[in-house]
Amino acid sequence: MSLKKIHDDQPKEFKFSNENLKKAEEILKKYPEANKKSAVMPFLYLAQKQNDNWIPLAAMKYIANFLSMPYISVYEVATFYTMYNLAPVGKYFIQVCTTTPCLIRGADKIVKLCKKNVSPNENEISKKGNCSWMEVECLGACVSAPMIQINENYYEDLDEKSAKEIIDSIIKDNPLKPGSYRGRKNTSPEKKQSLSEENYA
Amino acid sequence: MLKPENKIFKNLYNQFGWEIDSAIKRDDWKNTKNIISKGRDWIINEVKSSELRGRGGAGFSTGLKWSFAPKEVGSRPHYLVINADESEPGTCKDRDILRFEPQKLIEGCLIAGYAVNAHICYIYIRGEYFNEGQRLQDAINQAYEKNFLGKNACGSGWDFDIHIHYGAGAYICGEETALLESIEGNKGQPRLKPPFPALVGLYGCPTIVNNVETIAVVPTILRRGAKWFASIGKPKNTGTKIFCISGNVNSPCNVEEEMGIPLKELIEKHAGGVIGGWENLQAVIPGGSSMPLLSKKICDTIKMDFDSLIENKSGLGTAGIVVINKDQDIIACMARIARFYKHESCGQCTPCREGAGWMWRILDRIEKRKATYNDVDLLSDVTKQIEGHTICAFGEGSAWPVQGLLRHFRKEIESRCREEPLIKKKLNNPYLVDQHLLENKNA
Repeated sequence: MSLKKIHDDQPKEFKFSNENLKKAEEILKKYPEANKKSAVMPFLYLAQKQNDNWIPLAAMKYIANFLSMPYISVYEVATFYTMYNLAPVGKYFIQVCTTTPCLIRGADKIVKLCKKNVSPNENEISKKGNCSWMEVECLGACVSAPMIQINENYYEDLDEKSAKEIIDSIIKDNPLKPGSYRGRKNTSPEKKQSLSEENYA
Repeated sequence: MLKPENKIFKNLYNQFGWEIDSAIKRDDWKNTKNIISKGRDWIINEVKSSELRGRGGAGFSTGLKWSFAPKEVGSRPHYLVINADESEPGTCKDRDILRFEPQKLIEGCLIAGYAVNAHICYIYIRGEYFNEGQRLQDAINQAYEKNFLGKNACGSGWDFDIHIHYGAGAYICGEETALLESIEGNKGQPRLKPPFPALVGLYGCPTIVNNVETIAVVPTILRRGAKWFASIGKPKNTGTKIFCISGNVNSPCNVEEEMGIPLKELIEKHAGGVIGGWENLQAVIPGGSSMPLLSKKICDTIKMDFDSLIENKSGLGTAGIVVINKDQDIIACMARIARFYKHESCGQCTPCREGAGWMWRILDRIEKRKATYNDVDLLSDVTKQIEGHTICAFGEGSAWPVQGLLRHFRKEIESRCREEPLIKKKLNNPYLVDQHLLENKNA
């Protein structure tokens, strides 16, 4: 469970775009007719995507009407899950994993970098470059620690230097490629000897 | 050491390509129709006799779980749900299966779905794995194009559809009933068991929930035979397992190995050894953050399988191995894990909701050398009060790592504590008694 602050400045109206309406129809087909409430999570994602990566209260009301469920149930879901942003975030939203496996490989240095180069506080949109950052719990790429997620992409095997390059690149609005920054193939061991053992098929 | 020909996940690092054509070259979807034509009972018996245990953490027999599903479909349809909500710190095996071996998972879903009478399968992927989910969707689409899914899937006469449902950043949704609540469009808060999901699960219908890795190994087991799988590893702890080795090692990696491999061999052979040498090892978390840590002495000889680890008061869990060397502050590491549990508690049961934060605050005090000796006993007491008093296993998951720390590093903890600052002697007050009443008695 996370603490969430609803944004002060809420838009009055929200409607799915035509494109998203089509997507919504597709999503509804996945679930039984009587259980269309299941679509609330994918719908919140759609709304978040349509509204610059955050969900206004009007969107929750709209989704509640769409799925004929009580508004409070949608509100409950939107506040329970951490990935629904209820206030604006940067165009580049940096999530720094700081759980133990990343911490012991130096995630705190990346947090310091973010404080210095993006914004002094979490969830604060930077003055230059339209980024924001936050600390998050385990992102599930522990063997590639430390790592950060920027929007949907994982940047893995970082150190201070590469993390700084990545943050600089997004501030310039020209993001570097995601993936490993120690040049290894996915999660394979780096030792050459082990790699040659893999070469069979 | 696992022989290369016994490896199940040959494309774990994407050496050969994830697309369906290269997967078929690696023997995926071979004889699937024949396997299904042998019938439900044969499949379930074969999985039972392979002694495959669930790879999601609990280690429950997969064949037995499948046999709990009602034999005949009644008025309610059956569902198969795949748990790809991998959020346990230290674990990242399912991500590689979703990215690079999706056809193994999809084929496993079809076979498992047939075995438990399910026509529909939901794969619940954590929301952060957006790209991995897209990859899996591409793989599912490729399987539909080849008629491996859909009506008369793979020529077996069984209709089967797979849908992906994204989570949204809640660790607790890895618990099977919380996961079902989440698919139903509710907050992910676990349900009371019984009834178990096999009888009353998704939408109140019989549902089998399995981990990604469990399902992905099933087709290979059925193709190569239960005997082959049971011959790898140790009795009751059979087969291969993907180990994720992270933390203070020279080359952290995912690697598939046989069950029961010595921990030392795993770290030295595959992960390039501990940073600073084996003597620099302080502790190892053997199975994802909810399993109690092991001291170096145990690590010297321990074998990585379910039963050996239980004997040492820990567990294999998800086999996410976090290596911590002597350069790290062990208490800071465990305090961070306690903070993780404080953040992720769903808030349903009081002992877990309040206790998780309480443990973190005490550990934080110890880390900063502000704790007293009484705090250590208090901490131990809090872990005991959480354990066993919650609806789901999250309570144990948050209490066990702290208990492990107390078991192996009590001296280290006490070296950072001091006497009660005002009264210079040890207090023996039970903490639940109102302090002002005690004062009256003393007066």
